[in-house]
Amino acid sequence: MAALVLLSYEQGNTLRSTSLSTITAALQLEKEVDVLLVGETLNERLDQAIHLNGVRRVLAAKDPSFAHMQAESVANLMASLASDYEFILAPANAEGKNILPRLAGLLDVQPISEVTKIIDKSTFVRPIYAGSLLATVCSKDKKKLLSIRGIAFTPIKTIGGNAEIKEVTLPSPLPENQKSIFLNLKLSQSNRPELEAAKIIISGGRGMQSSDNFTLLEKIADLLNAAIGASRAAVDSGFVSNDFQVGQTGKIVAPELYIAVALSGATQHLAGMKDSKIVVAINKDPDAPIFKASDYGIVGDIFEILPRLEEGLKNRI
Amino acid sequence: MKILVPVKRVVDSNIKPLIKTDHSGVEISGIKMSMNPFDENAIEEAVQLKEQGKVDEIVAISIGEPKSQDTLRTALAMGADKAILVSTEHTLESLAVAKVLEYFVIKEKPNLVLMGKQASDDDMNATGQILAARLGWPQGTFVSKLELYSNYVEIIREIDDGQETLKLPLPAIVTTDLRLNEPRYASLPNIMKARKKPVETFVLAELGVDITPRLYIQRLDESSPIREGVIVNSVEELIDKLQNEAKVI
Repeated sequence: MAALVLLSYEQGNTLRSTSLSTITAALQLEKEVDVLLVGETLNERLDQAIHLNGVRRVLAAKDPSFAHMQAESVANLMASLASDYEFILAPANAEGKNILPRLAGLLDVQPISEVTKIIDKSTFVRPIYAGSLLATVCSKDKKKLLSIRGIAFTPIKTIGGNAEIKEVTLPSPLPENQKSIFLNLKLSQSNRPELEAAKIIISGGRGMQSSDNFTLLEKIADLLNAAIGASRAAVDSGFVSNDFQVGQTGKIVAPELYIAVALSGATQHLAGMKDSKIVVAINKDPDAPIFKASDYGIVGDIFEILPRLEEGLKNRI
Repeated sequence: MKILVPVKRVVDSNIKPLIKTDHSGVEISGIKMSMNPFDENAIEEAVQLKEQGKVDEIVAISIGEPKSQDTLRTALAMGADKAILVSTEHTLESLAVAKVLEYFVIKEKPNLVLMGKQASDDDMNATGQILAARLGWPQGTFVSKLELYSNYVEIIREIDDGQETLKLPLPAIVTTDLRLNEPRYASLPNIMKARKKPVETFVLAELGVDITPRLYIQRLDESSPIREGVIVNSVEELIDKLQNEAKVI
């Protein structure tokens, strides 16, 4: 049997790095790994996908109903392909977590979310309790549906592969009352690296006090080619939009360097960044829990420290 | 208009979970238990919709040991009208929970199932989607804003690059993000009133729903990378350490 990986794209034709990590996970389970490419138009994406390293076949499903990756139609399509696969994987991002459990419902399988380690073909490790515990779980299902936490698997190379293309026969469309209707998408504009792929992240919390003060972080991010993140409190306060959120209910990241500025370090936030290689905390409260989750800390007023950090970095790098 | 809201009794999310000495599970005896925080958002939203006159009845449902009745009483005190307790000694996985919920959706005929996007204990984030698939209903997951109309619901979902607006024909499943609202605390008079509201009890084993586990937990472990938490005295020292000690910039 083989494994099937649902590919996930940013707006445009950029394949998400979490998709590349998911292929790595699939290759740990099966030699034969196919990827499923779903969309309204596929040409450019297909040209890239056939070169993905280690991929046997690219299943191409082109239809206007897939334009916004709505769970009802995509899960319906995947269910029609499922009989050829023992493993079906998707990245544990908003898209994968929307679609894969719906597929599980169609196939009568208990899905396994946010897998961080594969022990063997039926044993997997996944975080629970906001990442404070790791559960090793065995699945008795014949077919395994896994969502894969990107940071836990090294992405495969996007070159060197030579996959064949197979056009997929589409199942009959769902009745109108069984699917969601897309109305609009509000994208956040950013020229910075994707949070999940960034080597350096600088995140702000409630202590940033305003949206304007995030420019202090942006100046430093510019120098380090870093992505900007935020705590839930900062998003709830309206300083930045939801897609900046790092944590249990936001993005899960593990950069080389994570700089946490004016955020206390609630469990929910730590759940999203605790696997970072080096963590720096900048906070005026010496008792903030973030210091216990950091390698280096500075206690003090961020409005004095951040400009000095910017200046110091300018001189050193 | 009728809304069904499933609620789960979990270890209070402010408490650090303790692993049993044999690593087989999490210690819950003598531990403070609360309603799953995501479910509080679901109840709150249902109650707000009822206050706006858009909803006639809110039914809360919980599957678990008899003490889940406490969680249902909280839901009733927040404003649910009626509660259903499905009593079982077993811990159910999302697939089994979805099957039990499906049984009660067919029985209660709600127009909307509003539920937490995940439970703060197992973080599986799956029950709503599985239930939607089994019923053949449209789904709106990770919802941070919701407008209910007579035959559809318009939602804003939190996704990877921003926010998406969808319209779901009813009946539908909506799963809530924490950002949807600020759950209320039940007032004392409402807690008193909740005691008089009806709680129907069912024994899960008598319903004929297949709850066979598909997963078993081999073991649980702590997950906390140890960090030294060195406090540096200046920005210069920090930059020096990042460059020369950690070598990350």
